[in-house]
Amino acid sequence: MIDLQGYGPRLIEGAGVTIQLAVLSLILAIILGLLTATAKMSRNWFLRRTATVYTTLIRGVPDLVLMMLLFFGGQIGVNAISDMLYYNYEIDIYINFNAFAAGVLTIGFIFGAYMGETFRGAFMAVDNGQIEAGKAYGMSSSLVFRRIRFPQMMRHALPGLSNNWMVLLKTTALVSVIGLTDMVRVAAEASRATHEPFTFLLPVAVVYLLIASVSEWIFARLQKRYDIGFGGQ
Amino acid sequence: MLDISAWFNDLLAGNTIFTADTLGYYWEGLVTTTQLVFLSLIAGLILAVPLAIMRSSKHKWISLPVYLFTYVFRGTPLLIQLYIIYYGVVFIDGIQETFLWPVLREAFYPALIAFTLNTAAYTTEIFRGAIKATAQGEIEAARAYGMSPRLMMRRIILPSAFRRALPAYGNEVIFMLHASAIASVVTLMDLTGAARFVYARYYAPFEAFLFVAAIYLCLTFAILFFFRYLEKKLLAHLRPQDA
Repeated sequence: MIDLQGYGPRLIEGAGVTIQLAVLSLILAIILGLLTATAKMSRNWFLRRTATVYTTLIRGVPDLVLMMLLFFGGQIGVNAISDMLYYNYEIDIYINFNAFAAGVLTIGFIFGAYMGETFRGAFMAVDNGQIEAGKAYGMSSSLVFRRIRFPQMMRHALPGLSNNWMVLLKTTALVSVIGLTDMVRVAAEASRATHEPFTFLLPVAVVYLLIASVSEWIFARLQKRYDIGFGGQ
Repeated sequence: MLDISAWFNDLLAGNTIFTADTLGYYWEGLVTTTQLVFLSLIAGLILAVPLAIMRSSKHKWISLPVYLFTYVFRGTPLLIQLYIIYYGVVFIDGIQETFLWPVLREAFYPALIAFTLNTAAYTTEIFRGAIKATAQGEIEAARAYGMSPRLMMRRIILPSAFRRALPAYGNEVIFMLHASAIASVVTLMDLTGAARFVYARYYAPFEAFLFVAAIYLCLTFAILFFFRYLEKKLLAHLRPQDA
């Protein structure tokens, strides 16, 4: 067994942070992605334009730079708002800028842009006749979305979704640079303290591979589930 | 003659953060980022071609090791790979006595090695996909002409595979540019490193990072347009014909 020199529990805690961060940002990214896809397909010129600017800007700038902007700029921004509230309205509050929340927000915000592209392609792949059939049955548009468009869209979106999730998972490693104690940060600290980089960094790499393999299996099962009715193709 | 430096000082007058000094840091950062990205892409490309051919081999014992390499390098964060190489290099027994030490001691080379291996793994998979997608008829035609497998690879499969891989490879180049930002973590003064320095010195996160974000955005667009141009040139035969 590898001697983790007492860093074991902290590494496990760090792995927990990584997984929580990844899952919460994925949920945020999916919500943002659905909104972006809807905005991009809407008839409203302003919504379309905003969504395009959002996806272009996010995809043109490195994740780390966006993260630093939000982490380092976030506290100043929050302080400015609370100062403004104090001077103008005498409301005295102190908001502590939470690093974990900032991490979830940035990663979710970044991948929302990627998800938007995935979902837009998937929505457009749903046969129009299906939607018309739903309307002919007298379904409301929200019911059409829930029962027809969403389930059929997911079948097309899953491969892209799984890709985005894998990239997102690896992106969470970047939060270690900004000050969140995820498993990468613990491993890097331990490497510096003990001068044994391989003892700590290699197991962390293996954990990433494990999470990736497990998610691959989950996505394969989901794909099977959403492919029901399209079997044999 | 126009006095450029006077014009420049005029432009920056009253600006406390973006002095000629700080812009110098950004310029240095731009040079480092460009070098890192360009060199690792070239080296990665050179590695990826033989690896992709091996990866598409019918023999398991040739394709499996390459698959393992790409699986590990695509499945773990680049930051971990960089840490392993950056911290790990110091602990190779006796490396401090060899002629390589002065080179490896600087952060630039471990970063270059990590980036090269990472992009090589992704590029290998891109090329493999393109090689696999070669039309069966082309291969049969080459065989019918009596081409040896080597000649067929050189004249038929690779040229058409490279063209097919172009759009995906363009994405990989942009991805590499963005990934290079983590070089700043191992003390390298790349573009992001310069932004961090300016932020730390003036405590001005918005100015420091928004400026560097704009530079990255311009670089991304430049790469995008370059690859669009290449695609237009090299994939002209695949474009829908004008009616």
